[in-house]
Amino acid sequence: MANRLVYILPLMVFLIMAVYFAIGLSKDPSILPSALINKPIPEFSLPPIDGGPGKGFSSADLRGNGVSVINVFASWCVPCRVEHPLIARLAALKVATVYGLNFKDKPKKALKWLQELGDPYAAHGSDPKGRVAIDFGVYGIPETFIIDNDGIIRYKYVGPINPGRLEKEILPIIKKFSP
Amino acid sequence: MTAEIGHFALILALLIATMQATLPLIGAHKGYGSWMATARPAAVTQFGLVAISFGCLTQLYLTSDFSVLNVVQNSHTAKPLIYKIAGVWANHEGSLLLWVLILSLFGSAVAVFGSNLPPRLRARVLSVQAMIAVGFYLFMLLTSNPFERVFPAPINGQDLNPLLQDPGLAIHPPMLYLGYVGFSMAFSFAIAALIEGRVDAAWARWVRPWTLAAWCFLTGGITLGSWWAYYELGWGGWWFWDPVENASFMPWLAGTALLHSSTVVEKRDTLKGWTILLAIITFSLSLLGTFLVRSGVLTSVHAFATDPARGVFILAFLIIVIGGSLALFAWRAPQLVSTGVFQPISREGALLLNNLIMATAAAAVLLGTLYPLLLDAIGGGKISVGPPFFNAVFIPLMVPMIAAMAVGPMLSWKRADLKPALTRLWTAALAAGAIMLAAWALFADGPVMGVLGIGLAGWLFIGTLVELGGRLQLFKVPLSDSFSRLRRTPRAAWGMTLAHLGLAITIAGMVGAGAWRTESIQAMKPGDTVTVAGYEFTFDGAKDGKGPNYSITEGTFRVFKGGKAVVTLNPEKRIYMVSKRQTTEAAIHTTFLGDLYAVVGDQDPSGAYVTRLYFNPLVAWMWGGVVIMVCAGCLSLTDRRHRIGAPAKSRAQGPVTAQMAGA
Repeated sequence: MANRLVYILPLMVFLIMAVYFAIGLSKDPSILPSALINKPIPEFSLPPIDGGPGKGFSSADLRGNGVSVINVFASWCVPCRVEHPLIARLAALKVATVYGLNFKDKPKKALKWLQELGDPYAAHGSDPKGRVAIDFGVYGIPETFIIDNDGIIRYKYVGPINPGRLEKEILPIIKKFSP
Repeated sequence: MTAEIGHFALILALLIATMQATLPLIGAHKGYGSWMATARPAAVTQFGLVAISFGCLTQLYLTSDFSVLNVVQNSHTAKPLIYKIAGVWANHEGSLLLWVLILSLFGSAVAVFGSNLPPRLRARVLSVQAMIAVGFYLFMLLTSNPFERVFPAPINGQDLNPLLQDPGLAIHPPMLYLGYVGFSMAFSFAIAALIEGRVDAAWARWVRPWTLAAWCFLTGGITLGSWWAYYELGWGGWWFWDPVENASFMPWLAGTALLHSSTVVEKRDTLKGWTILLAIITFSLSLLGTFLVRSGVLTSVHAFATDPARGVFILAFLIIVIGGSLALFAWRAPQLVSTGVFQPISREGALLLNNLIMATAAAAVLLGTLYPLLLDAIGGGKISVGPPFFNAVFIPLMVPMIAAMAVGPMLSWKRADLKPALTRLWTAALAAGAIMLAAWALFADGPVMGVLGIGLAGWLFIGTLVELGGRLQLFKVPLSDSFSRLRRTPRAAWGMTLAHLGLAITIAGMVGAGAWRTESIQAMKPGDTVTVAGYEFTFDGAKDGKGPNYSITEGTFRVFKGGKAVVTLNPEKRIYMVSKRQTTEAAIHTTFLGDLYAVVGDQDPSGAYVTRLYFNPLVAWMWGGVVIMVCAGCLSLTDRRHRIGAPAKSRAQGPVTAQMAGA
């Protein structure tokens, strides 16, 4: 009898899989949820990039200091290079404090990158293993978050921002949540 | 008119296939010779009709008939001729038409060349083939008609996805499909055997060439896809564990296991139920591959059709085919009697170990590919499973397999002793140790797995040579005797030796390219020089040009090593005029020890170009090893016993009816 069961096993496994397929079909694969919107930021404390200026930044800095922007970047990320001038422009407008989260990067390369392209960030934090980035739900960089005065995440954008996105989405949202 | 002929031929093919799926099956059950005899002409007619249909679609593409939706969506008058032809199957509907074309081609091959098959088995095999075909015809006619008209007809088409306009990808799908569909033959034979309740050496001998041919095509197809990703996507990588890649890799793993277990059935009359199950699983994974790519349950860079209505149909089809065959397996397989017995340490044992590892690997890839789907289905959110998971699971599985692979062929059937085999392998162990030391000296700061991997490749390579030497009694008998042994070695045995050597070379290539790659990404202005792995890349700037249906930005790199000019590389960035989509054409200079790989990207506001430069060691070995493996498969296919066929009954037998009366 036990022997008989072995022969039925493949069928059972397949039928269970088929049920999952059926459920999977009813879901839209193209929608990416942003589960953290309107949720408080995760607690974290990031050291500065090794050998670089500043003290890094932590979740405490993001509360009670107006609207903040966190830009996740890395020197190996080509789209980050493309969006960098726009981050610099955003920082120059001084409507929000712009933080840089250096994601899975080598400190030397990151500093060289900032030296080459300019450092627009009020402070940057180094996340070499991507631990903090995981808490923020980062899955493809560049990513940009807007956090309000109370430390609530209000907006998230995945991919390099472009001038249109900056003017039409990011700046209005910053304005909306500015105290 | 052409479109209507094609459509009509497809409907006729469905009707013929429906008949072929039922009459011969009933005939085989009841012993009606004339009913069984309908299978052969039906299979040939079915192929003829699909060929007409396929020819019509090709004609529509060649003449750029934009009253047909499929042509509008995937073609353009300015597209080069070869991509007009490749456009036929580079889309959802057309690729299905190619699928059934190959399916019916194989079916008619069984009908025409299968004279030495017992009529009952042949009728059942063709009948099962036709059942699969019916599913595909219905799918096409109900949800994915390639001959759909559009009114009013647009002036021009939307062009083919530019990433697909590439010679490698023009022949990649047909190769892959020849592999997938080839496994349908093993599946049909397995189902026929389950219905019949009999699996013997002769059965294994008929299944083997189909599995082998399918394996060759699939290996070639996967490699072409990987090669395409390597030079076209411009990231210097060749395997991304993307769901669509996994979809083709799973049947390969299962098919490789099947290839090995069918030898055991043939030679030792055991592992029957397992082999049948593998045949079912291999084809199921081929179907699942189609499902994953086309239904939209998983999205990926090159899943080019996502449509839930199609998904529901494919799911129903999968449940009938896979569920039905596994149910049949659960019912009938316990009755298959195996006569051969063997000890764990034996050739059978080694092949079983191979099977278990390959099957586990396939299951792991399946789990990784489907896990995001499963998690989403239970409301666990959307995630993606990336290379870290696959590498973490796959590499530990492959290490013991490759280690055992050198030993397995030395073990004798039934019962063997491990000690003499291992003693004979001391040269291989020595070679592996030397290679590992050398690798360590060269790449001391590289990953440990790289050193281990290259050592394993050396172990397998030398171990396989030692086994060959033993078979030829090299240095034990006079050289002339060894030579005559060499001449008498069956081609199937050569196939095994060559395939294992090829794999060793491929592994060395994978390890080299995976562990010791050097990359450099930066913005370069004309005149800038960057050093990568000892090569100095001087950027001479980029200029604009024009291709047939795209505009080009072509960069120029002069590469020097130690002050001497090595090569000039001209990577391109193409922007396709119709779709406005951009592709990169990496410039690659292949040498024996590695590839110089350059990509030119966008220009930033300061006038510098983003460039990516790589040195990928041993990549040529990877492709070369696969070529050897495919050649080995082809060589094995020409083995005498496949040409002669299985212990066949005399050709001069009476009509089928007469024979069946006696059966």
